[in-house]
Amino acid sequence: MAGYILRRLLSAVPVLLGVSILVFAFIHFIPGDPAIAMLGERATPESVARVRTSLGLDKPIWEQYGIYMGKVLRGDLGTSILRRDNISQELLKRFPATVELALAALVLAILLGIPAGVFSAVKRNSWFDNGTMLLSLVGVSMPIFWLGLMMQSLFSVALGWFPTGARLTATLKFQSTTNFVGLDSLLQGNWVVFLDWLRHLTMPAIALSTIPLAIIARMTRSAMLDVLGQDYVRTAWAKGLRWSTVVLKHALRNALLPVVTVAGLQIGRLLAGAILTETIFSWPGIGRWVYESILARDYPIVQGVTLFIAALVVIVNLVVDISYAFLDPRIRLQ
Amino acid sequence: MTQTDNLLQVKDLKTYFFTEDGIVHAVDGVDFSVKRGEILGLVGESGCGKSVTSHSIMRLIGQPGKIIGGEIWFDGKDLVQLSERELRQIRGNRISMIFQQPTSCLNPVFQVKDQVLEVLQIHQQMDRQHGTARVHELLKMVGISDPERRAKAYPHELSGGMAQRVMIAMGLACTPELLIADEPTTALDVTIQAQILELMRNLYRNTNTAIILITHDLGVVADMCQRVAVMYAGKIVEQTDVRRLFREPKHPYTQGLIGAVPVLGVVKDRLEVIPGSVPNLIDLPRGCRFAPRCRARLERGLTICAEEEPALRPIGLDHAVRCWLYE
Repeated sequence: MAGYILRRLLSAVPVLLGVSILVFAFIHFIPGDPAIAMLGERATPESVARVRTSLGLDKPIWEQYGIYMGKVLRGDLGTSILRRDNISQELLKRFPATVELALAALVLAILLGIPAGVFSAVKRNSWFDNGTMLLSLVGVSMPIFWLGLMMQSLFSVALGWFPTGARLTATLKFQSTTNFVGLDSLLQGNWVVFLDWLRHLTMPAIALSTIPLAIIARMTRSAMLDVLGQDYVRTAWAKGLRWSTVVLKHALRNALLPVVTVAGLQIGRLLAGAILTETIFSWPGIGRWVYESILARDYPIVQGVTLFIAALVVIVNLVVDISYAFLDPRIRLQ
Repeated sequence: MTQTDNLLQVKDLKTYFFTEDGIVHAVDGVDFSVKRGEILGLVGESGCGKSVTSHSIMRLIGQPGKIIGGEIWFDGKDLVQLSERELRQIRGNRISMIFQQPTSCLNPVFQVKDQVLEVLQIHQQMDRQHGTARVHELLKMVGISDPERRAKAYPHELSGGMAQRVMIAMGLACTPELLIADEPTTALDVTIQAQILELMRNLYRNTNTAIILITHDLGVVADMCQRVAVMYAGKIVEQTDVRRLFREPKHPYTQGLIGAVPVLGVVKDRLEVIPGSVPNLIDLPRGCRFAPRCRARLERGLTICAEEEPALRPIGLDHAVRCWLYE
C-alpha cells in the first residue's frame, strides 16, 4: 500500500514540472511587454530597459524559468504588477472562498447525483429514469453564466429569495481567522453570519453544481446498469439478501469505482467553472480574481493562479488514485 | 411414489423472454420432480432451457424474462406465488445455488469470509465472532487448506477451483434441503472438475441435501446422478433413473445424445452426431420440437410428429417419455 502511494506521488512530479513549463512559456509568448504594462505607453526606452533588468526579463528564458521555479518552490509566486501585492499571500486569502464554493457544489453533485443514478438504473426506462436523464442532459448542456443570470433574475430580482451576489451582507461585520467564513462562523457559534453566508452560497453553489451533478448521475446510472447484470449480483440475490443490501452494498460498492474517478475529474472542472460562477455572483474567490487579472493584463497573477490550480488538480487526481486502492482490492497488488 | 416423497415438484413451468425479436420460449411447460436426498441430473444441449429452469426455481429471472405460468412446489409452498419476503427466507437458506463461472460469481470487492459470513448472518442470525469460526469450518469442509488465511483473500486471489469451493461452502452454509448446481464444473480444468465433483459427492453423502445437477456432460450424469431429466428446446423429453436411461434410452433425442458420447476402447470411424441443430426458440416447429432432426420418425414414417405435440407419458415404473413412438 505504502509502495503504491509512493509510486503515485513520484509520478506526479514530472506532470507538475511539465505544467509549470507550459504555463511559463504560454505567458511568455502572449504579446505585450510587462515592463510597458507597468510603466505605461509613453515610457522612455531607458526606463523600460531599466525595469526589464530589474524584473530579470533581459536574461535568457530558461534562466528566467529557473529563477521563477526557485521562488515558486519556496512558496513565492511573485508580486502583482498593478497593486504590487504579494501573490502568494493574496492567493491564500482568497482561496478559502473558492474552496467553500467548490466543495458545496461537489457535495450537492454527489448527494443528489449518486442516488439519482442508482434509482434510475434500478428503475430503468421508468418515468423517473427518463426524466432524470433528460434533466441531466439539460444540466450538461446549460452554460453556467446563462444559468447564473437566469437564477439571479428569477430568485433574486423577481422573488427576492436570495441575494444576487457577494459572500456576506456588506453591513455584517465579521472577522474571519481562517478566511473560511462558513467554518469560522459555525465554530464561533455566530448563527447570524452562518445563515447569511449560507443564503449567499446557495445560488452560486447550485449553478456550479449542475454539470458535475449531471455527469455523476449519468455515470452512476451506467455503472450501476453494468454491475446489476454481473454474476456476483445474481449470487447476492441467490443468497436471500434483501433488495437494499443487494443494490446498496453489493452493486453500488462496485459501481462507485468509475464514479469516484469522474467525481475527482469534476474538481478540475469546478475550479474552472468557479471563474464564471464567482464573476457572476461576485464571490470573492480566486476565480473572480483571475478574471479581473486577465482583464487588467496582470500576468504574474494569472501565471501564479494557473500554476496553483494545475497543481491542485494533479493532487486531487492523486488522492482519487489512492482512494481507488481502498475501494478496489484488485488494484493494490498491481 | 407418493407426493410427499417429492422435495420439489415443478409443474408446467413456463418462462419466456420478451425480446425485440419476439418471445423466446426458453422454458415451455417443464415438469419434473426431485425427491428428498437424491441427485437429479438435468441434461441437454446449450440453449435448451436448463439454466433458465434452475433460475426460475430461485425466481432469479431478470428483465426481459418472466415466469408466465406453472407451479413450483417446495415443502407445500408454490415458489411462483411467494412474496419477495417469503422467498428471501428460502433463498440461500433452504435452497441454494452454485453457478457456472465461480470467479465472477464472487463479489470482487469483499473478502471471501465476509461473503460466506453474510449468509450465516441473515439466515441464522450468527454474530461476527461465531460466524467467522463457522466460516473457517465450512472452508475446511470444502477442502480449502489453511482456511484462516484463505478466508481473508479477495476473489481475484483465488483459482477457479478454489472459487467454486468457496461458492459451495456458501451454498451449504445453512445446510439447505436442495442445492442447485448449474454446470458447476463447465468452466474448470478437467482435473479440477474431477476434484469438485468428488467434493460434491462426499458432501452429498454426509448431508441430506438433494441436488439438481445441471450439465451437458453425460459422463458427469452417469457418475453422479440417481435420476435424470433430459431437456430439449424448453421441454423435458425423457425422465427416468440413470441406469435405465443409459441401458434403454427411449426418446430418439436421448438415444442420439448417448450415441454421441465416445466410448473409451471402442474404435469408430466417425462419431455419431444428431443431424441438424436446436430449433429457434422464438419460432418453434408446430408438432414435436425434435421432429425436424428425428431419424426414428422417418424410419417409421410417422406424420403426426410434425402436426401435434406429444405429451410426457409414463411408459414404465418411473420412466416417462415425450414421443409419438410410444403412444
